[in-house]
Amino acid sequence: MSDRAGIGETPLAVEHEDRPELRHHFADVEQQRNAATLGMWWFLGTEIMFFGGMFCAYLVYRRWYFPEFAAASRSLSLPIGTFNTTVLICSSLTVAMSVRAAQLGNRKLQVRMLLLTLLFGLAFLGIKTKEWGDKYKEHHIPTFAFNAHDLIEDNQHLFGLDKLQGDPVKLREREAEIQQHSKIFFSLYFALTGMHAIHMIVGVGIFVVVTWMAYKGRFTPEYHTPLEIAGLYWHFVDIVWIYLFPLLYLIDRKPIS
Amino acid sequence: MTEHSEHIASAKLYWFIWLVLIVGTIITALVARVDLGTYHGIDANTVVALFIATCKATVVVLIFMGVKYTHEKMTKPILIGAIFWLLLLLVLSLTDYSTRYAG
Amino acid sequence: MATAVISTERKNYINAEYGIRSWLLTTDHKRIALLYLLSITFFFFIGGFFALLIRLELLTPAGDLMTADMYNKAFTMHGQIMVFFFLIPSIPAVLGNFLIPMMIGAKDLAFPRINLLSWYIYVAAGALYIYCLATGGVDTGWTFYTPYSSLFSNTRVVEAGLSIFIVGFSSILTGLNFVVTVHRMRAPGMTWSRLPLFVWSHYATSIIMLLGTPVIAITLVLVVLERTLNLGIFDPSRGGDPVLFQHLFWFYSHPAVYIMILPSMAVMSEIIPCFSRKRIFGYTFVAMSSIAIAAIGFLVWAHHMFVAGISLYSALVFSFLSFLVAVPSAVKVFNWTATMYKGSVSFSTPMLYAMGFIGLFTIGGLTGLFLATLGVDVHVHDTYFVIAHFHYVMVGGAVMGYLGGMHFWWPKISGRMYPEGWGRLAALIVFIGFNLTFFPQFLVGYLGMPRRYWQYPPEYQVYNVLSTAGASILAVGYLLPMVYLLWSLRYGKPAPDNPWQATGLEWRTASPPPTFNFDETPEVTWEAYEYDTMPLPDEVTLER
Repeated sequence: MSDRAGIGETPLAVEHEDRPELRHHFADVEQQRNAATLGMWWFLGTEIMFFGGMFCAYLVYRRWYFPEFAAASRSLSLPIGTFNTTVLICSSLTVAMSVRAAQLGNRKLQVRMLLLTLLFGLAFLGIKTKEWGDKYKEHHIPTFAFNAHDLIEDNQHLFGLDKLQGDPVKLREREAEIQQHSKIFFSLYFALTGMHAIHMIVGVGIFVVVTWMAYKGRFTPEYHTPLEIAGLYWHFVDIVWIYLFPLLYLIDRKPIS
Repeated sequence: MTEHSEHIASAKLYWFIWLVLIVGTIITALVARVDLGTYHGIDANTVVALFIATCKATVVVLIFMGVKYTHEKMTKPILIGAIFWLLLLLVLSLTDYSTRYAG
Repeated sequence: MATAVISTERKNYINAEYGIRSWLLTTDHKRIALLYLLSITFFFFIGGFFALLIRLELLTPAGDLMTADMYNKAFTMHGQIMVFFFLIPSIPAVLGNFLIPMMIGAKDLAFPRINLLSWYIYVAAGALYIYCLATGGVDTGWTFYTPYSSLFSNTRVVEAGLSIFIVGFSSILTGLNFVVTVHRMRAPGMTWSRLPLFVWSHYATSIIMLLGTPVIAITLVLVVLERTLNLGIFDPSRGGDPVLFQHLFWFYSHPAVYIMILPSMAVMSEIIPCFSRKRIFGYTFVAMSSIAIAAIGFLVWAHHMFVAGISLYSALVFSFLSFLVAVPSAVKVFNWTATMYKGSVSFSTPMLYAMGFIGLFTIGGLTGLFLATLGVDVHVHDTYFVIAHFHYVMVGGAVMGYLGGMHFWWPKISGRMYPEGWGRLAALIVFIGFNLTFFPQFLVGYLGMPRRYWQYPPEYQVYNVLSTAGASILAVGYLLPMVYLLWSLRYGKPAPDNPWQATGLEWRTASPPPTFNFDETPEVTWEAYEYDTMPLPDEVTLER
């Protein structure tokens, strides 16, 4: 398992004056880049586990409370969710294009692609904010006057409530349960999309810095490591959403007969 | 001096992947509205949706994140390792949740 | 004769720059290691203070020293501080940080600024925990079980939870740094099979830190959200499952115990060959066993939940896997013992700690198997048997390793020799004090004394009195090194580069080392642990 890239060959050197971006403890730029990208991949590995904890909670409760999860999922807007997914996909394209532009030494294209990335990222966040606003109005945000009454009304048959009409005690119990279980869905929905949004905001912040660096001409075909690893992070956040979309929005979209 | 030269993908390839992702998204949304049935207690719609999502994630990883072309040997083990680890959490937890209330 | 001032002939990492700013803004891994040393020692005292409160209360059967609520806070904060602010960082952040770059022939870790950041994150988390302590503390048990922590406790659960969430990132960044460093910063000729086992063990530890810590991070976030927003995801009366919290909590917290023990095992693998003057027995097995412990350690978490309400079938699965995880640990113990066999063993202070470790860790590990046995666990779960078990591995194991390592590398870190007589005395006192404290706890736990109770039936008193007596002896054993190590900074004999005639690249540079570790990048052409080619250490060094 001896990887050549890890073995520096130069004797201990003084500061690399001609390569100011090369830090002193690295032997050459290649080693520095390899270390940085390896570090970012490991960090993304930790992020998989971080989101994974919430996926575990989601999995458990989706199995337990499938009807409530399905009904709550249907109350999310499929068109907006789909559109937002495409927005994020576009941002991944522009990120990849900006890295490519750096590899080709095209500063103007780098900056343009990065600005587009920021645009798409902010658009995603803006659309998310609107979605959450809608949820607030529908009383689907836990803590803020949460009430899943509309889900109960719209899904009488699915929840078997039409059969309980003759038994008001059981009906009330079942309705209370539906309220609680829907609240669990929405707790997880906001935890997941909220955590994702926080990661997006951090990503936007990182890309503002990276765009500035690109504008200043700091990236060359030989050295564009900050852009590269920021790009990896951004793609990861995109991939999280690629999974959140079906898991949250598409639990059960079959037409109700 | 760089020992390995970075592979530079063509813009056309990136646009193609973008198209694949967009089409995949639209297909996922449309197929969700069609009842694909349930087999052995497993809902086919969910399987299809997650399958398409995994295909999308895979192309993002391979092409946009450059894993297909990288010389870095550790990338794939890290990625597969982390995903496998997440599956450990999910599957081993399920050994509990799927066997409670037996009978 | 001891000189009052460290020789200024040579620039080393300590005298390279003066002033508090040069320490607080350093990126030198050795200085960062010392910053960590100060902070974890600080928290060790606070955690120890709570232990003192617990043992004083338990001297008598009646709950007469403090209220039950206060007692709940004492054992909670003792556990949280010791686990998250002392044990988990201890060896990696102090010895790992200091030594790993040198052991592989590098100038620094891969990400020196992230290293410093990890310390600041630790300090910020620690400050938040002190705030939590000062404003009422937390009483949920170190395990934060829901729904008590998420709904009913009236204590500073949010602050404690957030604090541990934050310190988790310190851990993650440390692990990240170590893994990338080992992959990318090795000197020419330092192949994986020539790495000191200290590095292998820390590599395995780092994998656990990276894959496990994020899960407890998100779990604590969920508890904080539940508590502040009254969500109900862990509330059984609202359809939530408290056992889900336990699954998520223990998915990290079990591997966390391997984060605590693997670095200690790392130290053992360095000390034992040195003071047996013999190559480690079965290098490859020891290296692979570190990886195996890390991997299998992730598969056993629900053995903490056998009586929590999980299904019997999953309990069987986890019980079986828990038996498996003992195997690689046993491999290590066997290999260390085989290393000593027919070696030229000398009873230096580090070696005394190492031998103590082998015995105590074995007892702790074996009792872990008793706990992994479903039938036995039903009887001893939540009793002092469990407490004795984990203190044997965490204190008899991990802390002994920490102390042994601190003594072994003290000459390298400080440039001074500690007084050997006092070192051996302290090691003996620790060993005696430790056993007197915790062995009675096996007995009283088996007899049925529950944990986390502040009063108990009078028939358990004699065991508790023995335990408290032992704790006071143990405290002396811990205080002694703090005194004489500090003393040695000024009055200790100046240390040569390699006082123990140990193998390992860190011993081929000055004590203390220069800032960039080596005057020239080493080129490694020899295997690890080539003690057959090393001269014996100076008799004077060993008999000081």
